[in-house]
Amino acid sequence: MNPLPEPPPLVELVGAGKTYGGGLFRRNTVPALQPIDLALRADRPPVIAIVGESGSGKTTLGNILLGLIAPDTGTIRFDGRDLRSFDRAQRREFRRDVQAITQDPFSAYNPFYTVDHALTVPLREFGLARRRQQALELAAQACESVGLNPGDTLGRYPHQLSGGQRQRLMVARALLLRPRLLVADEPVSMVDASLRATILANIVTLNSDHGIAIVYITHDITTAYHVADEVLVLHRGHVVERGDAASVIGNPQHDYTRLLVASIPWPDLDRRWGDGESAAERRASTQTQGTTP
Amino acid sequence: MSAGLVVEHLTVAYPLPSGTILGADDVSFTVRPGERLGVVGESGSGKSTTALALLRLIRPPGHVAGGRVILNGIDLRALNEEAMRAARLRVVSYIPQGAMNSLNPVKTVAAQMRDAIIDHGGTATPQAITQALAGVDLPPGAARLYPHQLSGGMKQRVCIAIGMLLRPQLIIADEPTSALDVVTQRQVMATLGRLQKETGACLILIGHDMGLMVQFVDRLAVMYAGRLVELGTIAEVFRTPRHPYTRMLIDSVPTFENRGHFVGIPGTTPSLARLPPGCAFAPRCRFAIEVCRRERPDSRAVAPGRAVACHLEGAPLEPAS
Repeated sequence: MNPLPEPPPLVELVGAGKTYGGGLFRRNTVPALQPIDLALRADRPPVIAIVGESGSGKTTLGNILLGLIAPDTGTIRFDGRDLRSFDRAQRREFRRDVQAITQDPFSAYNPFYTVDHALTVPLREFGLARRRQQALELAAQACESVGLNPGDTLGRYPHQLSGGQRQRLMVARALLLRPRLLVADEPVSMVDASLRATILANIVTLNSDHGIAIVYITHDITTAYHVADEVLVLHRGHVVERGDAASVIGNPQHDYTRLLVASIPWPDLDRRWGDGESAAERRASTQTQGTTP
Repeated sequence: MSAGLVVEHLTVAYPLPSGTILGADDVSFTVRPGERLGVVGESGSGKSTTALALLRLIRPPGHVAGGRVILNGIDLRALNEEAMRAARLRVVSYIPQGAMNSLNPVKTVAAQMRDAIIDHGGTATPQAITQALAGVDLPPGAARLYPHQLSGGMKQRVCIAIGMLLRPQLIIADEPTSALDVVTQRQVMATLGRLQKETGACLILIGHDMGLMVQFVDRLAVMYAGRLVELGTIAEVFRTPRHPYTRMLIDSVPTFENRGHFVGIPGTTPSLARLPPGCAFAPRCRFAIEVCRRERPDSRAVAPGRAVACHLEGAPLEPAS
């Protein structure tokens, strides 16, 4: 007898790539993402970081995973089924199973409604709460689980909340819908440094406590190192390096990854910033200058 | 006359229907020529307000309500409007956050640089422009390009080139690299640092990336709720912070060693219109004692060039476990 078949990956990209432009009247084509293979296990949902600069293709990859753009080569499968074969009901289910957190936490809200709207509408749309009261209770619980006081946040308009509060509400929203995959595209780049740690910790909890697979897209390799199990470095549409986060950042192999790691301004007085002078050396040289009469 | 920038008791007030709030409250610091001062704090802590006050660009009804700003012996607050306008760029230059959006989209790089030079009383020769671009490692050909033809890092370099055109005595860079990736950030900061070294200008770097501060600045000012709560050399402040907010800010920074360990600062920044009676940080402070909720601590000099505004001043602040 065959052993139990392995469950199909939660999401799987096989040779998925995307080129923008082209067509009948435009000859200029821009390959945004070279064909890429990527699989996220369903039985042990990972946290994967996609690291790259602007134009590296990282957001294109995120949008393919979200089903927002279709790859023009290769396929994307969810639960082993090709996304293109989805019928209406399957598409709807996919929309719930895969959620996004975007860079700008303000643009994700409708300014005419209180923030409750963003949390309770999807609950009712997806049939997770029957009555408004029930939806509000669930929303309040989700707020508390990301360290927000529901009394201070629910019932307010987006502009009355700080960027950090808005972004944490987005995490709360993701938690409410119990998705299976969360694509977080630069979730903390517009948030104050003191709040970044809290929001990233919230996102990691979604993975560790709720079994949600996370794709963390960022240009900040430092936070990627802290959040992810696996790191994938994109450069001009190519995956230049991938692997376990500690080894990619601790011992980078590709030239671009080396440059990236050397460019991190580590908060360490003795560590050299790239090939420039270290903070310690600079201080020593300014002190010498200072003592010259 | 002392060389460099001297800021004393600078206060910026915004009158609101509900009462006046202070965007910057009694802020004092100095920056010597060739020195780099970092200013860190959360949004709304007063870092950009302080910078704009130095440039006298606070929008009415906000206004500078008190204090002195002396740059190389010149009292910037005493200048008339026309003299101050001329001094911007020529004496004090400002490199804003997201500089990419501050370039004029319908003018070439050269045209914008020419305008800046002529408007501030310089002579705009093609050589001057080529030289300024070379200073930020851009080829001469970049002069003919429009902003949309440049990458983010190139646009930020153009802004630095414009900022440095007239060799200012004070450069204020407000989160100049927060929109750039680390590789570009390092190149842009290296360029800015080199130009500053060549001209011996005072430099103020505003930001909230503690790693960048550690790697770039000589001294650090920490702001909270409009006040300067700690000031000292970067090594002193980073190794032995004396204000609990600084301690918690440093603890929240991801380092190479503490992988996967997140220590945020609980709570949120208070609204400047509803500050608590004592220390503004007391509600979020894990070291707070009874007096902190009652009396506001004054900023005290604890060593030469080192100031702290905290009732616990001197008590050891253990890092979070």
